[in-house]
Amino acid sequence: MAQIFLRSTNTIARVSIVVLLILGAGLGWLLSAFSRSAYSTDQGVVLKQPIPFSHDHHTAALGIDCRYCHTSVEESSSAGIPPTATCMNCHKQIWSDSPMLESVRTSFSAGQPIEWERVYDLPDFVKFNHSIHVAKGIGCASCHGRVDQMPLIYQAVSLKMEWCLDCHRQPEKFVRPRSEVFNMSWKSTNQEILGPELVEEYAIKSKINCSVCHR
Amino acid sequence: MKGKKRRESVSTTILAKVPVVEPGHTPATVTDQISSVVLTRTPKWWYAAFGASFLLVLLLMQAVTKLLVEGTGIWGLNVPVGWGFAIINFVWWIGIGHAGTLISAILLLLRQPWRTSINRFAEAMTLFAVACAGLFPLIHVGRPWLAYWLLPIPNTMDMWPQFRSPLIWDVFAVSTYATASLLFWYVGLIPDLATLRDRSISRVRKVVYGFFAMGWRGSARHWHNYESAYLLLAGLATPLVVSVHTIVSFDFAIGQIPGWHATIFPPYFVAGAIFAGFAMVITLAVPLRVIFRLQDFITLRHIQSMAKVMLATGLIVAYGYLTEIFMAFYSGNQYEEFMLLNRIQGPYRYHWYALLLCNVLAPQLMWIKRARTSPLIVFVVAMFVNVGMWLERFVIVVTSLHRDFMPSSWGMYHGTYWDWATFIGTIGLFLSLLFLFIRFLPMISMFEMRTILPESEDSQA
Repeated sequence: MAQIFLRSTNTIARVSIVVLLILGAGLGWLLSAFSRSAYSTDQGVVLKQPIPFSHDHHTAALGIDCRYCHTSVEESSSAGIPPTATCMNCHKQIWSDSPMLESVRTSFSAGQPIEWERVYDLPDFVKFNHSIHVAKGIGCASCHGRVDQMPLIYQAVSLKMEWCLDCHRQPEKFVRPRSEVFNMSWKSTNQEILGPELVEEYAIKSKINCSVCHR
Repeated sequence: MKGKKRRESVSTTILAKVPVVEPGHTPATVTDQISSVVLTRTPKWWYAAFGASFLLVLLLMQAVTKLLVEGTGIWGLNVPVGWGFAIINFVWWIGIGHAGTLISAILLLLRQPWRTSINRFAEAMTLFAVACAGLFPLIHVGRPWLAYWLLPIPNTMDMWPQFRSPLIWDVFAVSTYATASLLFWYVGLIPDLATLRDRSISRVRKVVYGFFAMGWRGSARHWHNYESAYLLLAGLATPLVVSVHTIVSFDFAIGQIPGWHATIFPPYFVAGAIFAGFAMVITLAVPLRVIFRLQDFITLRHIQSMAKVMLATGLIVAYGYLTEIFMAFYSGNQYEEFMLLNRIQGPYRYHWYALLLCNVLAPQLMWIKRARTSPLIVFVVAMFVNVGMWLERFVIVVTSLHRDFMPSSWGMYHGTYWDWATFIGTIGLFLSLLFLFIRFLPMISMFEMRTILPESEDSQA
C-alpha cells in the first residue's frame, strides 16, 4: 500500500514551524502598519470642502494671524470656526464679484453657515481643550503642522492616542515660549535647555491618567 | 456474572490490589474496543443527540446576536447587581474544567493508574468547559470586537491593560489555562491519532488523522521524547489547578463587598472547582460507560474513587460555608453580619437552602459504600452537585450585591429570558462539542490503557 505522506512531509513539517513564525510576525507588522497608515488615520488626507479655502494664501501671503478667524483659541476649549461674517469683512471689498466666493455670499445673505468638513475630528469620548495648550506654550504648528504652507488644509498628524501621549509624557520636547505659539515658522535651537526651563516656568503638569481626556 | 459481582465487592475493600481494567483484556482488545467507537458507522442516536444539542447552540447564537444588537440591557443586570449570570456562569464553567486538569496532571504525577481511563474525556471536558466559560466575560464586555484591549500588545493607544485589576489577571489565568489544557490534551492524543490513522479505511480519515498525528511512528526515540514532553506538560499544568480558580476568586475577594472580601475565598474556590469538576466527570462517565459498553475500562473502582474525591472536596466546601458564617459574626462588622443574615433570611433564602441541600447534604451519601458503588446513586448525587455549585455562585454574586451598605440602593436581581437562553445555550455548546469529540476521537487513551493491563510490564512498577 502506498504511503499517504511522502518522506518530504517531515521536512515540510519542520519548515512550517519557521514559516508560521514568520507569517505571525508579518501579520503583526501588517496590522501595526495598517493602523498607522493614512487610510486608517486620515493623516495627510485633504477632505473635500465646500470652498477651496487656502490657509497658505491667507496667512503666509496676506499675514493674517490665526486668531483673526479662530477667535476663541485662547479662552475656550474650541478654537472656533469663523462665521461667514468674518470672511465678508474683507470679501465685501476684495474679490467681491468672484464666482469662487459665490457660496460665501449666499451664506452671508441667507444667514446660513457654510458647512465645513471637520479635519481634526477627535472621537466623542475625548475632551480636548485648546486654551490650556495655548496658555502652556504649545504652538499651533505642533499639532496642526505648517498650516501656512497648506493651500488646502489637511490633518498633519495621526491623532492616535499614542501621539497625544508622546507629548503628555515629555512636554519639554515640544513646549515653546508663549510669544511664539502663533508663529508658524518658529524652530528651537536649544530645546534641551529651553524645554525643561519652560516646563518649570509655565508649571506644566501634563497628566496621563485616563480622566484627563476621557471624562 | 456472579464472579463479576464478587470481584466488585472485593474492589471496594482492597482497592490498591485490584487492577483498573477488568481481566481478560489484551492490548489488541483494548485498542479494538475503544477505537471501534470512532471507526464504525455513526449510530442513529448520535445524530439525534448531536442535533438536539446543536439546537441549543442555535439558541445561544440567537441570544448572543440579540445581545450584540441591543446591548447588555437585555440581561437582568442593573444597579445594584451589576454582575449576574455572566459571572455566575463563567465561574461555574471554569470550575468544572478543573477536574480534567487535576485528573490529567496531578494524578499522573502522583502515579494513580486509575486516572488513565478517564483522563482523556476529562481533559476534553476541561477544554469545552473553558470555551463556554470564556464566552461569558467576552460577551459581557459589551464590545467584544475590542476584547483584544485586554491583552498587553503594542497598540496605537500606547497603553497597557490595568495590571492592578483582577479581571486582567483572569485574562492571563484563563488564556494560560486554555492553552496548557489544549496542548496537554493534544499531545496526549498523538499516539492514538496514529492508531486511528493506521486503522482508518477511508482516505480522508487517514489523511486527517495522519496530519494531526504529526508523523508518529511509535519508534523508541518517539516514545522517549514523548514521555518527557508529557511529563513536562503535566508539571506545567499542575500549578494551574490551583492558580486559575484562585485568581477567579480574586475577582470577588479583591472587591470590598461583604460576602466577597474574605481570605478564605481562594482555597474555598479551588476546592469548589474540583468538587464541581468531579461531579461533571461523573455526570459524563456514568452514561458513557453504559452507552459504549466501557464498563471494563471505567470500572466501579473509578466511580468510587471519583465519588470519594467529590466527598472530600465537598467537605472542604462545606468548611468554607462554615467559615463564612463564623467570620461574619466573629468580625463584629455589622455589614458582614447583615450580609449573612440576609443570605439566610432574605429574599434569596431558598437559593441558599437549596445550595446547602445540594452541596453539603447530598454528598454525605458518599460515605456509604453501597451508595458510592452504585453508578446511578453517584450520578444523581453528581447532578445535585452540578446544580448546587451553580447556586453557590448565584448566592455569592447576587446576595452580596443586592443589599449593600445603603438600604436606599437595595434591589432585586432576576435572570431574564436571554440570561437563561445564553446559559442553556452554552450547555448545548458543551454537549455538541462533546458529541463531536466522542464521535471523532478516542474518548479513552488507548495507548495508556495498554500500559496498565496486568500483562504489561509498566503495570508492575
